[in-house]
Amino acid sequence: MTRSVLFLLPFAWLAASATARADDVFRQDIELKDHVFAPSEITVPAGKPIEFHIKNLDATAEEFDSSALKVEKVIPAKGEGVVHIHPLAPGRYKFEGEYHEKTAHGVVIAR
Amino acid sequence: MLAAWLIVFREVIEAGLIIGVVLAAARGVAGRGRMVSAGVIAGLAGAGLLAAGAGWLGEAFSGNGEEIFEAAVLGCATLMLGWHTVWMARHGRALAAEVRSVSQAVQRGERPLTALGIVVAIAVLREGSEVVLFLYGVALAGGATAGGMIAGGLLGVASGALVTLLIYLGLVAIPLKHMFRVTGGLITLMAAGMAAQAIAFLQQAGLAEIWTVPLWDTSNWLAEDSIAGRLLHTLVGYTAAPDGLQLAIYGLTLAVIYTLSRLLAYAPPTRTPLASAS
Repeated sequence: MTRSVLFLLPFAWLAASATARADDVFRQDIELKDHVFAPSEITVPAGKPIEFHIKNLDATAEEFDSSALKVEKVIPAKGEGVVHIHPLAPGRYKFEGEYHEKTAHGVVIAR
Repeated sequence: MLAAWLIVFREVIEAGLIIGVVLAAARGVAGRGRMVSAGVIAGLAGAGLLAAGAGWLGEAFSGNGEEIFEAAVLGCATLMLGWHTVWMARHGRALAAEVRSVSQAVQRGERPLTALGIVVAIAVLREGSEVVLFLYGVALAGGATAGGMIAGGLLGVASGALVTLLIYLGLVAIPLKHMFRVTGGLITLMAAGMAAQAIAFLQQAGLAEIWTVPLWDTSNWLAEDSIAGRLLHTLVGYTAAPDGLQLAIYGLTLAVIYTLSRLLAYAPPTRTPLASAS
């Protein structure tokens, strides 16, 4: 019992802290068509929280995957998904669609 | 075909590592095979459902349903692994030492066995749904390559299962007395890794945006998406560039499980029942 309470505490605290999201989030829309991301080269401001709104126009699901950005998210067929990325240090961060790595890939450039 | 093999193999060994460790940890407890099989079957059924409902789940919670679901099941798995570790600290030594009371131990053993079954189901559910989505996409695309891709996928499942078996055989080769300590340690680290991963999913959903600056980056030495990186990620929660919150939750989980295990540890009875009755 003690353990589950201890474990849940941080979650409650996080949920409370999450509501205070400022509107200085950088938003980028990305489309996936024929297993290709557009745009595939995305320039973002360094040091700002980022939101990618990814629209999958294909008939198959894709997993938006990047260990550099610490993101893995399934975007359902004909579906949409939002990923939140922590503020980045200046640099290049690769990403790919795990199910179609040959064609579905790109890079985020933070500057 | 090779690409399909690699994708499926990667997912299967992630679930397989967990199953291998769980099977070894539950060694000597009756009903172990049944519980693990039930976990695998429940996980597979859930994976199919999850893949089918991916569209619906993805749109839930304003596009972050998947992350919240992942965080919830990982949190659940963390609790189950923690429960098992604490239980083993209390009863494991007795279980290994006293063959006489095995039937009694089996009765007591049912509870953490359920916990381990749930962990197996969650592992299969998480990795399985990705395999189902991938193979479904391949089948849908059709064409001449689809057959080869499906064959590659099946080969991936088979070779992943083989790795699971090797992990298990490696662990059970350790003498019983030390084996419980090794699996206990592994399960504790695994639990901490899952808790940190749950936090990473909440952060991805934008629900835990504190201490998000990565503390270090070892991806040049060991990339997280390499096979070795993935194995270590599953086993001990290896993350190339952990942030403050993930590290804090990792440490907190280790500390809580360790402390509870110590506090509730099994103490051999010093008095005979007769002496204490008089």
